[in-house]
Amino acid sequence: METTWAAGKMAPFRQGVQAGVAIAIGYMPIALAFGLLAKTTGLTFAETVLMSIVVFAGASQYIALSLLTAGTGVFEIVLTTFILNIRHFLMSASLNEKAEPDALWKKALYAFGITDETFSVAAMKEGTINASYMFGLIAMAYGSWVVNSGIGYAAGAGLPESLQESMSIALYAMFIGLLVPALKKQRKIVWLAGLSALFNSIGTFALHLSKGWSIVLATLLSAIIVQWLTKEGGNGGE
Amino acid sequence: MNSTIVWMIIGMGVVTYLPRLLPFVLLGGVELPSFWQGVLKNVPYAVLGALIIPDVFFIQDDFWFGVIGFAAAVITAWLGANVMIVVLAAVAALSLYSLFV
Repeated sequence: METTWAAGKMAPFRQGVQAGVAIAIGYMPIALAFGLLAKTTGLTFAETVLMSIVVFAGASQYIALSLLTAGTGVFEIVLTTFILNIRHFLMSASLNEKAEPDALWKKALYAFGITDETFSVAAMKEGTINASYMFGLIAMAYGSWVVNSGIGYAAGAGLPESLQESMSIALYAMFIGLLVPALKKQRKIVWLAGLSALFNSIGTFALHLSKGWSIVLATLLSAIIVQWLTKEGGNGGE
Repeated sequence: MNSTIVWMIIGMGVVTYLPRLLPFVLLGGVELPSFWQGVLKNVPYAVLGALIIPDVFFIQDDFWFGVIGFAAAVITAWLGANVMIVVLAAVAALSLYSLFV
């Protein structure tokens, strides 16, 4: 990753904090909107903030709100959340390959903070990751998520509508900013990302899979097929 | 607080944490076969592809909204800008676009 702001010999925690700034900004509009929406759904302030503290998963929390509004039962909401978050299993398994040895309790602590965004940033970091780096990264992301959920609830819309709409691109732009430099370096990565994007589109539009399953299957299929085709050429990664 | 909601939140928390935690516990010191190590090293790039497409094109009802944000991000990233600049450029491009729509 060719970033100037995450490079150098900085302490891992500070490096993580700096890398987390983009996530903190990207989470802001989404968390504000979540807080606002939770209020209109009829949750109390405490319930809203508690959900962000305990769950820390954007898409799941949004879907829980819409299911609550639709009068869906608690069990179905929890089940939907599970299906949506199975993809994190794959991400944790992948990070485990990149992680330096740390005490299991530290890994168990930072495992809580693995989201699509913290995973992507950590996975694209050069070299290994350790607990200090992950704590810095997650502190920024989690802090932004929880605090902005509360602000969204308390302050209503928070941001002007047009800015909120424009900022909805922020996390996608971050994913693109992480992926493109890697794409430029290696043809294999073009295949990995391209195939997975194609499979996810097929899963979404043709097979009508849930978002969670579609991402899991697209990622696994693409990672396996490309690995199988290139296994003579050394192993993956950089 | 409504106790049904609190139980729902706890349930959501458990099923969200388990998939995030289990690989670290199960794979802790296990040396996977090299094929699967390779697959797991491929996962980040594959995940990014799936996280971006197709969702980025449907963040608003207006399809062009996603297309323009996507294009702005890809172009700035391609030119070598760091992640923060890419994010700001995409937001700026869409702010500009919404002025004209």
